[in-house]
Amino acid sequence: MAEVTLAGISKTFGQTGAVDNVSLTIRDGEFVVLLGPTGAGKTTTLRLIAGLEAPDAGRITIAGRDVAGAAPATRDVAFVFQQYSLYPHLTVYENLAFPLRSPARRLHDAEIDARVREVAKMVRIDHKLQNRSTRLSGGEMQRVAIGRALVRKPAIYLMDEPLSSLDAKLRAELRLELKRIQNELGATLLYVTHDQVEAMTMADRIGILAEGKLVQIGSPREIYSNPANLHVAARLGQPHINLLPQGLLPGCNAPAGTKTIGARTEHLEISASTPGNAEIDWIEHLGDQNHLHIKVGEHKLVTLADPYLAIQRGDRIDLKLRNPLYFDAGGQRLT
Amino acid sequence: MSSATSAHSVVEPSATTKRIAGIIVVLYAVITMVPLAWIFMTSFKSPPDSISYPPKVVFTPTLEGYCNLFTTRTRQTPEYIQSLGPPQSICDEITRSRNMVIAGPSNYWPRFTNSMVIAFGSTFLAVFLGTLAAYGFSRFRVPLADDLMFFILSTRMMPPIAVAIPIYLMYRELGLSDTALGMILLYTAVNVSLAVWLLKGFIDEIPREYEEAAMIDGYTRLQAFRKVVLPQATTGIAATAIFCLIFAWNEYAFAVLLTSGSAQTSPPFIPTIIGEGGMDWPAVAAGTTIFLVPILVFTILLRKQLLRGITFGAVRK
Repeated sequence: MAEVTLAGISKTFGQTGAVDNVSLTIRDGEFVVLLGPTGAGKTTTLRLIAGLEAPDAGRITIAGRDVAGAAPATRDVAFVFQQYSLYPHLTVYENLAFPLRSPARRLHDAEIDARVREVAKMVRIDHKLQNRSTRLSGGEMQRVAIGRALVRKPAIYLMDEPLSSLDAKLRAELRLELKRIQNELGATLLYVTHDQVEAMTMADRIGILAEGKLVQIGSPREIYSNPANLHVAARLGQPHINLLPQGLLPGCNAPAGTKTIGARTEHLEISASTPGNAEIDWIEHLGDQNHLHIKVGEHKLVTLADPYLAIQRGDRIDLKLRNPLYFDAGGQRLT
Repeated sequence: MSSATSAHSVVEPSATTKRIAGIIVVLYAVITMVPLAWIFMTSFKSPPDSISYPPKVVFTPTLEGYCNLFTTRTRQTPEYIQSLGPPQSICDEITRSRNMVIAGPSNYWPRFTNSMVIAFGSTFLAVFLGTLAAYGFSRFRVPLADDLMFFILSTRMMPPIAVAIPIYLMYRELGLSDTALGMILLYTAVNVSLAVWLLKGFIDEIPREYEEAAMIDGYTRLQAFRKVVLPQATTGIAATAIFCLIFAWNEYAFAVLLTSGSAQTSPPFIPTIIGEGGMDWPAVAAGTTIFLVPILVFTILLRKQLLRGITFGAVRK
């Protein structure tokens, strides 16, 4: 395992910019998640590190070595693709052994066998080693794909939305397994996703990408409670952060220049009151909690509520802010 | 997505529909097989039977056609034939019954061998070059790729006869006319366009993530091509090889113009088998029957590759 640094990396495809001046250091043994919507440059960043694309500008070092111009095979990275991951003409065993049999490594058969079986156990696929890779369920395929990266001990593991094609239950399971394995191996890992839950639960640090730029990087807690701007604030939190004009609700202590107020559930205090300043527009019952849709004049907002809160559609309430997030006209955070 | 169809499925055709469809398919197969069956039957007829009118469906089979195909014969007096010892083979016997003796082997096997060498040689070359070119067009940013692909295809846009004379003159200057090498190069040139177009389609279907994964896993591009792309392209390569082989095997126009002796292939040779007093139809039919065998064998051998749909099973779209 090793440290990987990006310094001022840029890449454009024809007219469209994919990655714009990104600098990032992934420390040895760290789990970094890049979070951003489709087209934010997440995958391109991974491909640049792997050597599948060449950057237009900037420097990439892996374990202190500048890898400019180095072929993917010599960079000592492992990659898990979002899909098309397994070689369809090979069995599970052969898929796992494939990286170890490469001319770059040339391990002994006994060593390969031991390593394959160890990893197969780790990703819990050891009972299907002789299956054709086409005869697996989606979750099994993705476990093999992750296993194929893990058989090696590269400088860094690069994972491109490895769980996105799976159903919710499997995703939750594999999320835990992946974090457990990363802990066990002390692996350096750069993980790309658009799923905020994956980012929040697995990352040591989250990097938020938007339109090719690295907007903010920090621990999940930092990113959540201390977003640099509106875009970052909007990436995290369920339900989505409510953006309200300054002065709509009482209880805030807005600094000068505040244009927009961002209010998540924990920033809103509700008390039943008539006439109140807001009205319950709709209630979604999720079982363990309720989504309250609230109308304040012309504005609508969504917040979570305890399922025992005695409240009904059409009820009047008093809504107050408590330490919300303040943003200026340009969307930058004010404190 | 499941391939299983339930008994109640609305898309499942009824038993009657299936039966009618089956009958149509069988009828069509029979109709297309009639000429082949006719050639096969004719090859076992005697020369008079082969041209009798109305045509004979029931006849006494004889190997005379095959004997005539493989031998050259000279007419002798009955007295001379009487003076010879007992016949050496069944062909000897048949030939003597026609007041002739075997003078030597015919040119059929040498021509057949030419066909084998030229057809398989050019097929191998065309598929080999076609696979590499198709991979290049599929995976790299080739300048003017579309124009080049069109240019490659344009080599097939005119009939062979249109270029036959320039090629004939060129080959004469280069000393390539009537040589196996010349014919291999010519058929390769014609087939490579087909191979590039067909194989590009197949290779485009193979996601590049496979090679990228292999390259990250420690393989060079060429090694990744051999270990990952080729095994998945076998279906396409087999299909392309069959098309190329059929063309090179059956090609007549170039062969008749550019070969006459040592490099002559079977298609121009077979119609020249002339017996006494006109065409020796049983011998021609025998030559044609044997001529069909290699293609038949090759197709049967590659049938599995053609039908196997393994390639895209692991892809989750």
